[in-house]
Amino acid sequence: MFYREAGDFKTSYVADSQTFPIKFDRYRYYVVLAVAFGIIPFIINDYWANALLLPFLIYAIAAIGLNILVGYCGQVSLGTGGFMAVGAYACYKLMTAFPDVSMFIHVILAGGITAIVGVLFGLPSLRIKGFYLAVATLAAQFFLVWLFNRVPWFYNYSASGQINAPERDVFGIIITGPNAPAWATYLFCLIFLTVCAIIARNLTRGTTGRTWMAIRDMDIAAEIIGVNPLKAKLTAFAVSSFFVGVAGALFFAVYLGAVEVGEVFGIQKSFLVLFMVIIGGLGSIFGSFAGAAFLVLLPVVLKVVGVDVLGWPTDIVAHLQLVVVGALIIMFLILEPHGLAQLWRVAKEKLRLWPFPH
Amino acid sequence: MNKKLATLALGALMASGPALADLVIPDLSYRTGPYAAGGIPFSDGYNDYFTLLNERDGGIGGVPVRVVECETGYNTEKGVECYESTKGEGALVYQPLSTGITYQLIPKVTADGIPLHTMGYGRTSAANGKVFSNVFNYPANYWNGASGAVNYLLDENGGDLTGKKIALVYHNSAYGKEPIRTLEMLAEKHGFELTLLPVDHPGQEQKSQWLQIRREKPDYVVMWGWGVMNQVAVQEAANIRFPMENFIGVWWSGAEFDVEPAGDKATGYKALTFTGLGDDYPVYDDLRKYVVDGGKAAGAGDQLGAVQYNRGLYAAMLASEAIKTAQEMHGVAEITPAMMRDGMEALEMTNAKMEGLGMAGFGPEFSVSCENHGGPGLVGVVQWDASTGTWNQIQEFKPTDAEVIGQLIAEDSAAYAAENNISPRCE
Repeated sequence: MFYREAGDFKTSYVADSQTFPIKFDRYRYYVVLAVAFGIIPFIINDYWANALLLPFLIYAIAAIGLNILVGYCGQVSLGTGGFMAVGAYACYKLMTAFPDVSMFIHVILAGGITAIVGVLFGLPSLRIKGFYLAVATLAAQFFLVWLFNRVPWFYNYSASGQINAPERDVFGIIITGPNAPAWATYLFCLIFLTVCAIIARNLTRGTTGRTWMAIRDMDIAAEIIGVNPLKAKLTAFAVSSFFVGVAGALFFAVYLGAVEVGEVFGIQKSFLVLFMVIIGGLGSIFGSFAGAAFLVLLPVVLKVVGVDVLGWPTDIVAHLQLVVVGALIIMFLILEPHGLAQLWRVAKEKLRLWPFPH
Repeated sequence: MNKKLATLALGALMASGPALADLVIPDLSYRTGPYAAGGIPFSDGYNDYFTLLNERDGGIGGVPVRVVECETGYNTEKGVECYESTKGEGALVYQPLSTGITYQLIPKVTADGIPLHTMGYGRTSAANGKVFSNVFNYPANYWNGASGAVNYLLDENGGDLTGKKIALVYHNSAYGKEPIRTLEMLAEKHGFELTLLPVDHPGQEQKSQWLQIRREKPDYVVMWGWGVMNQVAVQEAANIRFPMENFIGVWWSGAEFDVEPAGDKATGYKALTFTGLGDDYPVYDDLRKYVVDGGKAAGAGDQLGAVQYNRGLYAAMLASEAIKTAQEMHGVAEITPAMMRDGMEALEMTNAKMEGLGMAGFGPEFSVSCENHGGPGLVGVVQWDASTGTWNQIQEFKPTDAEVIGQLIAEDSAAYAAENNISPRCE
């Protein structure tokens, strides 16, 4: 009834090929943006920012990055944690070396450095595929974590081997450190997420994205029709690593403030982001958001319900959380292998026919 | 505009926090994961002591204590979530029992004005109260531990360690790396050779480290381990027939569950301590009467008298004494976190006070001051006897190398102060 193409006339190709061709979708998108930028910053507090929104925003950036590599280009990667660590340590070194430069520039440069490292580790993808590539990226994960643990220069020779984010600002507003206001850290991450999502969306529906998908669907056929696999694979690694590096930099500088590489950017982080992409939906930007939201919010919701509402012991709830999250992952993979994004697509199809399905 | 936003955010925060009706103590515990073996007894002890105060005395100064437990799983991200979710309730003091979470919380608690007590863990240089206004690590810290272990070995070797080889098996994290600098300094001072053997989280894989120990045959092995890592290390040491009496763990590697899996072979294993052992204290009579028999014990209620349970009990006792001190100082019963901080800074533990609490000799006598948040750093040594299943104290609480430690603390805290633009207090 409300959700339909009928009556929504387009008079130009640009209008016809826009991201949200259906009016209802477009308005929903504007409303989400308006709420995210115009309302939430005014009502946010430390708990909402640090426990829910910051991790969601940052994981969403990482999931978009990994989705480009795995979902669009078909190159399985288990090195996300390591690449996030590159972003975090690059950001730390930049922050401490150039204290007067704006955080925006630091984070973007950290993403750039990660992109270079990503391309370096992406080179083997030209020769090895599938599971073997997964193992090669796994090596990247372990190598990078080992490197940041081993070479004291990366953590400025601190006694504990940890990196701590000093206080830095953007246009005079403190973004990192304990005195940063919740709304500022939230908006900072939100801006990055919005820009990243728009870039990713437009990359994936242009030539670059089409070559990625061609490589994903059948690399030999893609080569025959003139796709350069070197360029396609390495751009996918570069763009993906850039996003993952930005996420790592934000994760360290804005969200946690102090990072211990082995614990925070270990193999679990790689799996967590991969789960987000798989549950959310491979090859879908919306899926990256949905997957990140699902895996960030679910444990917190279960905890609030179990401990605060029902008053169960904390250890029972923590164990139950593992069971419930695990069961839900298996359920999703069986019932909807294409992830939450597919559920969303199906729901939209149904909405188009509602209330008169045939 | 910015100020307006900040005020609005602050208003929302204040509106969401309930009124201060009781003394809120958050307990960032971990009863799950590879470190639960140590987290459970500590949290049980911590909870039970406050339950005892509520049941027996009706709280502290007439105000009941409410312990809010939050599961961190020894994970820093969950630790942050726990901190944010509990601080709005008027939390008086945080005890995360994790060095990683401590590093995370030091800047946050300082900004929020809440004290942080890291008893025998955390950032060692926080002992310097001039720089770390809200962080306390009395009565002992890791560098005391490192020096205590070396002093004990010096005593065993007639005061000379020249040419000896000591291996440090440590958890490859901020926690395990803490003692390295001190041990390096001491190695220079006393002429022993130090080998570093990191073990990655969670510590179940230690074959290569112990192979290296078998090959290099160090005279002594010192361990900075936690959770499942301890049990594996003791078992591996038994497997390569390393003489247990030459194997010394820090206080977090010296509990019953660390040595029991290795059975008889663990006899002779040594560990450091800064608290009393066993349940031969009058306070345990009250604990059994008011808490356990009433069915109000935390967890399964089966940890009484265990090493880490005693540490939890001791931490809770120090917190409650600090609350009493704060109540006296400010003349109000319902104290705020800022008053709690003052109370902790003015805390004085005397033998008479501990005897009155039924915990005579449970910990050292000490007093905290504005400059010194670290306490005296007295370290004792205990040894495991598998046949009786008990730890026996083989060295009394002794002072450690204050000269070396003091210099390192000054250096490290000065670096922190410079990094964060902190001007020293207490002048």
